[in-house]
Amino acid sequence: MRPRLLPGVRISYDDVRDRTVVLYPEGVLMPNSTACAVLVRCDGRTSVAQIVDDLRAIYADVDSADVLGLLRRLAADQLLTLEPSDG
Amino acid sequence: MADTGRPFGLLAELTHRCPLHCTYCSNPVELLTRDRELTTEQWQDTFDQARKLGVLQVHLSGGEPLLRRDLPELVRHASRLGCYVNLVTSGLGLTERRAAELAGCGLDHVQLSLQDASETEADRMAGTTAHRTKLAAARIVRDLGLPLTVNVVLHRGNLDRVQEICLLAKDLGAARLELANTQYYGWALRNRAGLLPSAGQLNRALETVRQMRRQLGESMQIVYVTADYYEPYPKPCMHGWAARQLTIAPDGTVLPCPAAQVIKDLSWPRVTDRSLADIWYHSEGFNAFRGTAWMSPTCTACPRKEIDFGGCRCQAYLLTGRAEATDPVCGKSPDHHLIEALVAAPGDAEPVMRGYR
Repeated sequence: MRPRLLPGVRISYDDVRDRTVVLYPEGVLMPNSTACAVLVRCDGRTSVAQIVDDLRAIYADVDSADVLGLLRRLAADQLLTLEPSDG
Repeated sequence: MADTGRPFGLLAELTHRCPLHCTYCSNPVELLTRDRELTTEQWQDTFDQARKLGVLQVHLSGGEPLLRRDLPELVRHASRLGCYVNLVTSGLGLTERRAAELAGCGLDHVQLSLQDASETEADRMAGTTAHRTKLAAARIVRDLGLPLTVNVVLHRGNLDRVQEICLLAKDLGAARLELANTQYYGWALRNRAGLLPSAGQLNRALETVRQMRRQLGESMQIVYVTADYYEPYPKPCMHGWAARQLTIAPDGTVLPCPAAQVIKDLSWPRVTDRSLADIWYHSEGFNAFRGTAWMSPTCTACPRKEIDFGGCRCQAYLLTGRAEATDPVCGKSPDHHLIEALVAAPGDAEPVMRGYR
């Protein structure tokens, strides 16, 4: 799977709140730093396995099941799509 | 109030002018004329203030915002501030050239209204020939690659065509369909007798929505806004009074929600009189129903008070004359008999088209 943000969803930096935000048609999401690290990699090219590897280089104790759970929740909220991977 | 948070969204009602005459419109019955509208510079200054206050989403609405010739400038201004810019439109006037210009100015999303799946019925509700132009506008939006939400207000006259509406929105390439039962404010309240559906209609429509969600899967998200008169609990209106959003009327009046001006006990300052931050944090109107201290005994004792926030203050005021009353929609409200009577016998009055008196 290679997650990709859906059209109309974009990641932005809010200098008023001093944090990263996700803007989408009906709302604003304020992800924590781990979720941000996942979201910026949802480009349709990076696989879930690669995202997990990238995160392990930054954070200790990254659980791939947690990452997949987060991605599935964001997909259910129509923020990203979990495209099937070619391999 | 020390614990007041920052707003996320601004509904900018750029104008009350509109080519449509929908009887379900939630705009006030006293529509503002063009000479009362804020200027380009005043709106731009308002967007600057809104961004500093924390606003990240600007919904350009009306009326029909495309009737403002300065719309591209306003889109560009809000976009450059870093805001997500959403156009809420009837689609009338959204030519290829205009749409491309707006996209070039940074427009992020288009919310297009349709009245019905039946052209005859859609045009009857709009009070003009509009349906075909709207379908063309939807295709223009999609061809530009802009994400499209189709919005349809539901009422007695179109609830039986929810399936056709879903299939039409899908055919138009909408990423999202919002099916929103009529909220009874402004013109819709005036025309309520002709708009209220039957409970049977609502049940059938909801079953159809479930079926269409299964059928269409993730290809189109269907959001269904319930008919609150028929619900056991009130809607969590605006996620709490003056908590996340603000509305600015065409003349610059700053409001916690589009309907708040009906509450005549409170004064509503304009952005030309006071700063937006001062109004958000310190005005009487914005602080009137924040938190839970204002609540009626019914709400104060209720375990759901932090879930639905006592429902809608405007609805409470419109139906009981007391803005602090529990929303009469709530089954626990001492005024709930008002809703029961309306639902039991909705009546069948001749509608007054929006804009006609």
